[in-house]
Amino acid sequence: MDDNHIIELNGVNFFYGDFMAISDVTMAFEKNRVTALIGPSGCGKSTLLRLLNRMNDLITGTRIEGEILFDGKDIYAPEVDPVDVRRRIGMVFQKPNPFPKSIFNNITYAPKLAGITGRSDLEYLVEESLKQAVLWDEVKDILDRSAMTLSGGQQQRLCIARALAMKPDVLLMDEPTSALDPISTAKIEELIGELEKNLAIIIVTHNMQQAARVSSKTGFLYLGRLIEYNVTEKIFTNPDMKQTEDYITGRFG
Amino acid sequence: MTRQQKEIIIKGLFAIVAFVSVMILTLIVVFLFREGIPIFREVGLSDFLFGREWYPTYDPPSYGIWPLIIGSFIVTIFACLIAVPLGILSAVYISEIAPPAVREIMKSIIELLAGLPSVVLGFFGMVIVAPWLQETFDLPTGLNIVNASVILALMAVPTISSISEDAIYAVPQEFKEASYALGATKFETIVRVIMPAAFSGISTAVILGMARAIGETMVVLMVAGGAASIPESIFDSVRPMPASIAAEMGEAPFGSGHYHALFATGIVLFFLTLVFNLIADYISHKFKEVGSATL
Repeated sequence: MDDNHIIELNGVNFFYGDFMAISDVTMAFEKNRVTALIGPSGCGKSTLLRLLNRMNDLITGTRIEGEILFDGKDIYAPEVDPVDVRRRIGMVFQKPNPFPKSIFNNITYAPKLAGITGRSDLEYLVEESLKQAVLWDEVKDILDRSAMTLSGGQQQRLCIARALAMKPDVLLMDEPTSALDPISTAKIEELIGELEKNLAIIIVTHNMQQAARVSSKTGFLYLGRLIEYNVTEKIFTNPDMKQTEDYITGRFG
Repeated sequence: MTRQQKEIIIKGLFAIVAFVSVMILTLIVVFLFREGIPIFREVGLSDFLFGREWYPTYDPPSYGIWPLIIGSFIVTIFACLIAVPLGILSAVYISEIAPPAVREIMKSIIELLAGLPSVVLGFFGMVIVAPWLQETFDLPTGLNIVNASVILALMAVPTISSISEDAIYAVPQEFKEASYALGATKFETIVRVIMPAAFSGISTAVILGMARAIGETMVVLMVAGGAASIPESIFDSVRPMPASIAAEMGEAPFGSGHYHALFATGIVLFFLTLVFNLIADYISHKFKEVGSATL
């Protein structure tokens, strides 16, 4: 495994029952880089993302073939506990989904489960995570208020902070701004640029300008296949494949 | 006839139907009070509620329903101690843990249990539970608090379980996904996310289950034993309020003190169930709006 790679997929097939949602995907994600996955609805990009932290295990009747190496180890090996995988690979969802708990307790949810109980450790972690997610200044005085009282954009940044509190190596983002207004979207994109310094980010997006703005590499998926995977600039200016070009120029999708 | 006239007529019809149902219920409550209040010319309110002797047919009679109130509460509380854990845990199992096939089967069985006529359950308590209790614990009678509580619990479990299950089912999938994605196990997700989010629904379920148990008549009439005295052990017989009313109404002369006292007992029971329902209503509204801010 290349030292620069954090996750590698080798010949991955994935099935919902008999339906093959992902076929023969081989690709690698790099450390400290933002990688975007684009493609039309139903192309399997979210499914692919959810394979990386074993979220698809929660759906009955699914099956995977091939291997997904994270830090050189196959996360689908029988002895691997998906809980351990998810602690190191964080995820942010399309719809902001903070728990109906206080802001403080949202951030400390996972660290507490992982055994961090000291009040001062937790307080430090909350401040650090919220600062990383550029939310600290807005919420530092209302940490005990329900997360549900925040605006959509703040909720999404809280979800990012919550994922960061586990100090993950990878952050998966599944259309993280599609439910947000343009200003909140801009804030999240800016945040992604900051976070890139510390961890690998894999982002699924419907918004091609967003992919072009935030990512250094982009993969285009269509009907469960990885059609093209290359440097973002190349994908958006001079793609090798006709299908990619048709998609990014808006001829289908 | 124009469309508007039709609309007005239809609105009027619905209003009449709605008012009739409400009126009938109101009249029943008025009747309950009219027949119950006169007892307070013979006995004071606190003597009635807290009097320890219920001898309505003696001369002079004494109308203290304290033993009946205690009887009602004690069987309800014990029934809840059994039914609440059973109901909630089975709801968790059905909605979160069981495989789909098992879920369907268990749901239908619990619904079936809810549909069992109370007299059948009472019969089961009399014929099966009572002799077993009597032999096992060497008691003078198997018709006692334990028996009544167990049978009432059986009646309350379906109520608690199905309402809790709805509440758990209504917890958004997003919360569960967020929890799993943060590396929580299934158990941690259930205890720390799902149960707190479903808290108001589960509390409502518990209180409605209690209301069901305290108002239940046939079971306590059949298996509580019927002793109108304050119990000293859980194997003593009691005479909960509904049982007392059902058993004695037939033999109380119309318009007598006994007759009025039974209606007044009905008023007490009415207030108790009303309070339970108001609490359930309050909890479900309060926690719904703030969301959850309180967790």
